[in-house]
Amino acid sequence: MHGQGYVVRVAGPLVTAKGLEKPMMYEVVRVGELKLFGEIIGIEKDLVYIQVYEDTNGLRPGETVEPTGLLLSVELGPGLTDNIFDGIQRPLERLREESGEFLARGFSVNALDRQRKWHFEPLAEVGVEVEGGSFLGEVIESSTVVHKIMVPPNVKGTLQWIAGKGEYTVEECIAKVELPDGTLQELQLMQRWPVRIPRPVKEKVFTDVPMLTGQRILDVFFPVIKGGTACVPGPFGSGKTVIQHQLAKWSDVDVVVYVGCGERGNEMTEVLIEFPELKDPRTGGPLMDRTILVANTSNMPVAAREASVFTGIAIAEYYRDMGYDVALMADSTSRWAEAMREISTRLEEMPGEEGYPAYLASRISAFYERSGFVKCLGAPERTGSVTVIGAVSPPGGDLSDPVVQATLRSVQVFWGLDQNLAFARHFPSINWLNSYSLYLDRIGEYYNKSFATDWLKKRNEAMAILQRESELLELVRLVGYDALSTEEQLFLETARSLREDFLQQDAFDDVDSYCSLKKQYVILSSILLVHEIILQRIRKGEDYASLVANPIREHISELRWLKEDEVPDWKQMQDSIVKSFSEEVKAHD
Amino acid sequence: MIREFRSISEVNGPLVFVEGVSDAGYGELVEFQLNGEIRHGQVLETTDRFSLVQVFEGTQGLTPKTTTARFLGRGLTFGVSEGILGRVFDGLGEPLDGKPRPFVDKYVDINGAPINPVSREYPAEFIQTGISAIDGMNTLVRGQKLPIFSGSGLPHARLAAQIASQAKVLSSEEKFAVVFAAMGITFEEANFFIQSFQKTGAIERSVLFLNLADDPTIERIATPRFALTAAEYLAFEKDMHVLAIVTDMTNYCEALREISAARREVPGRRGYPGYMYTDLASIYERAGRIKGKKGSITQIPILTMPEDDRTHPIPDLTGYITEGQIFLSRDLQHKNIYPPIDVLQSLSRLMQRGIGEGHTREDHSAVSNQLYAAYARGKEARELEIVLGEAALTDLDRLYVKFADRLESEFIAQGEDENRAIEETLAIGWRLLRMLPRSELKRIRDEYINKYLPKVES
Ligand SMILES: Nc1ncnc2c1ncn2[C@@H]1O[C@H](COP(=O)(O)OP(=O)(O)OP(=O)(O)O)[C@@H](O)[C@H]1O
Ligand SMILES: [Mg+2]
Repeated sequence: MHGQGYVVRVAGPLVTAKGLEKPMMYEVVRVGELKLFGEIIGIEKDLVYIQVYEDTNGLRPGETVEPTGLLLSVELGPGLTDNIFDGIQRPLERLREESGEFLARGFSVNALDRQRKWHFEPLAEVGVEVEGGSFLGEVIESSTVVHKIMVPPNVKGTLQWIAGKGEYTVEECIAKVELPDGTLQELQLMQRWPVRIPRPVKEKVFTDVPMLTGQRILDVFFPVIKGGTACVPGPFGSGKTVIQHQLAKWSDVDVVVYVGCGERGNEMTEVLIEFPELKDPRTGGPLMDRTILVANTSNMPVAAREASVFTGIAIAEYYRDMGYDVALMADSTSRWAEAMREISTRLEEMPGEEGYPAYLASRISAFYERSGFVKCLGAPERTGSVTVIGAVSPPGGDLSDPVVQATLRSVQVFWGLDQNLAFARHFPSINWLNSYSLYLDRIGEYYNKSFATDWLKKRNEAMAILQRESELLELVRLVGYDALSTEEQLFLETARSLREDFLQQDAFDDVDSYCSLKKQYVILSSILLVHEIILQRIRKGEDYASLVANPIREHISELRWLKEDEVPDWKQMQDSIVKSFSEEVKAHD
Repeated sequence: MIREFRSISEVNGPLVFVEGVSDAGYGELVEFQLNGEIRHGQVLETTDRFSLVQVFEGTQGLTPKTTTARFLGRGLTFGVSEGILGRVFDGLGEPLDGKPRPFVDKYVDINGAPINPVSREYPAEFIQTGISAIDGMNTLVRGQKLPIFSGSGLPHARLAAQIASQAKVLSSEEKFAVVFAAMGITFEEANFFIQSFQKTGAIERSVLFLNLADDPTIERIATPRFALTAAEYLAFEKDMHVLAIVTDMTNYCEALREISAARREVPGRRGYPGYMYTDLASIYERAGRIKGKKGSITQIPILTMPEDDRTHPIPDLTGYITEGQIFLSRDLQHKNIYPPIDVLQSLSRLMQRGIGEGHTREDHSAVSNQLYAAYARGKEARELEIVLGEAALTDLDRLYVKFADRLESEFIAQGEDENRAIEETLAIGWRLLRMLPRSELKRIRDEYINKYLPKVES
């Protein structure tokens, strides 16, 4: 083929080539007889550096390198949801059909099915001016997602023709746009986008809308905003993946992109068997119908790990452009960073901290910058969001790790996982003393306005009690429990209740796994009210032991296990708490 | 396509530069001939002018001038067939038991290929090991990779052998096999395993790969790959349930570090290479189940934590890849508790789907959670007691301390050939929970409490 080059060196995933005529940065190339998938990541005089997304075993100097002229891109169109791709968007189901249970090399499979027909409903009319993002029509993609067919970014002109209602493949022409220079551009259901470039938007906008997760400690204590960023660092086995799975299941968003980056094969299998069975809390359809999986497990080629994160975010941005709220989970960004380190080392670049490349921090922040709540391009006017949540796996759980540090500088929410809580099987093992959300005030105001006026106040009260607990426990360690006043003992007791009845949440229990805002409020308020009542009464000299023995407390500890429709509303609950304490007074008289 | 060269230009530790080779394949197998002796190597880096080869048997006595390097035109393979059962091989897959090579069904690349994630079947079949600390609180399932985190002098070998001899899947009689890979362990330890396999009769259904302490270190990089190639063949082509015991991963990692140092790579933490995570994953992920296949690979790697430090890169990176870990504790060992499993630091991530109704028993998950919570509290109170004396504890905390003591001496501790059925394990758990006031059993539903909690304390 014209302009092709040849391999001169192979060192793991990095291949050096010579002889390419017009190499372009981030161009896709096919390497060797097996036509392995690669991307140009460096050009130095006549030497071209290529990271290869497939195993390079057996590859030898002298084999050919074919240019493609295309940047590393994703295919965007109907058929993404309910699907699982590898790091460079090859559909794994198709790969299995082609190459069997084990991944073979050199297979080139389109991301989107070329045969499948989709039912297209036109929305735009001939003669209108359209631009990137303008809706042309829509396709019912799955039980939960209506896929908007949009004019690709960078195309602008007059709509000359649009296809009628009917069945089309992703490659058939469904619209023609006359460009300013008079040429006619044909558009399909599918478009392509280079993964390393953020898709354009009108503007990013300020918002105070929380992304609700159904996880008590997150929604109440450390909430994240739609379009926001959060990270979950923690040592192995502390619960990062379970949290990410929980968010993928229960977040109130329209589309979820889950990137399994350098983690376990079985964790992807778990999603694949679980999600089709679970119901989308918003639409009732199978959860898998709103989910897109990008899986590049730890034993799959390391370079594709580097790409997988970009593949994921480009897909997320595409759905955002339709006006949807999208959540992207990346588990784990540390493996992504390690892939960068490996390639950088092989390129013999000057290493920064811990051998990571000097551009580590800028890559990480550029990635999180692709989140946001935005006004989308094109007509009609609409907003969409991409919320990004990254797991971080620092060596030994040590937060001074460069990946953690760079991440903390880029994100607004920090859910710090604590090994000791995990050892005691306190899950989610988020440490409430050092975690934070910089969105708290904004979201608190939002809750106050739209849900309950004392939301933020109660949240802060509960937090104060937990903080008091940690001080008191220090004291106990020095002087023993008996040295505490009854008032102090009450604080410990209430904190225990907060931990066991509110903060802990069993992801594997059918009921406890998800908790509505209403239920969260009832449990939290109940614990605080009981605290308040007992506090007042011991101050009046009543007996502490009999007050804490009040059976209503046991009832409160059962609330988290009650189905949503069995949970009393706050008014009812308040009455029974007040009543149970006044009965106690009578019994004593 | 064999090419021969007599152009070794440099020898550096286990590495050899061969000049003038312009077409060596990445990972290609190389044979070195030096005065009648043959050594094996593998291409680590290939260019149009030279290639860099790691020599498995080491480079002692290798004279550049008189040594020939033969590039064999293929990677490292292992000849598999059912004839490998009952056989002993060295760390490079050559017979070590004096018998002829087994016949070969086919040659397979020892690096294997990654299992496509959509082909995986989620492991969910309970394996009863007969060991309460595992079955009750860190359940092993078929297809799991569950390492033992040990320390020097701790009884990981006894524990692994006990698992191998007792492990069974309830209600099934299927073909099983044991694949054993030894990297740099002592003759004594290897012999312990062999005798234990002989005692249980498993030896007939075992394949052993032995690289012992005095065998070449670099060979250790290949040994687990030979073993897992054998395991994959037996599991996915011959329908066997394979238990793969791979020991000691610490020695494996040391060999990796040696190569990395010889290549003058930028070292990662404590001198281990930055790609060690990926390298270890290429071993550990070779476990599991595949849709439509009857067999399975359950992997039990063993590693000794340098200085008992779980944050050392070897256990740390392992824990990030495997599906939990069985953690051995020196404290329990000092208290004479066998097996000295620290349940709090142990974890089985695949437990949830392998237990409960239809697998073990409906109350299993709740009992396990409650035992964890109570034991954690008991240990905490015990520490307080050590600092402040018993008087500083509340009555309830004193009870918890007692609970923790009994959990260690009655639940965790058991005999080396004591094989407890899961019902027995759960019964001990309930017996211990009976010590606590009922209101403390917050993690268990009333229904189960009424059904299983013993009426009297014992
Ligand atoms: N919310 C939860 N409810 C119940 N169990 C949990 C919860 N979170 C975590 N766990 C338990 O902790 C185990 C480890 O969690 P997880 O796999 O998420 O850890 P991780 O931080 O992702 O570890 P790694 O870094 O090794 O991937 C789970 O298998 C499960 O047993
Ligand atoms: Mg994880």
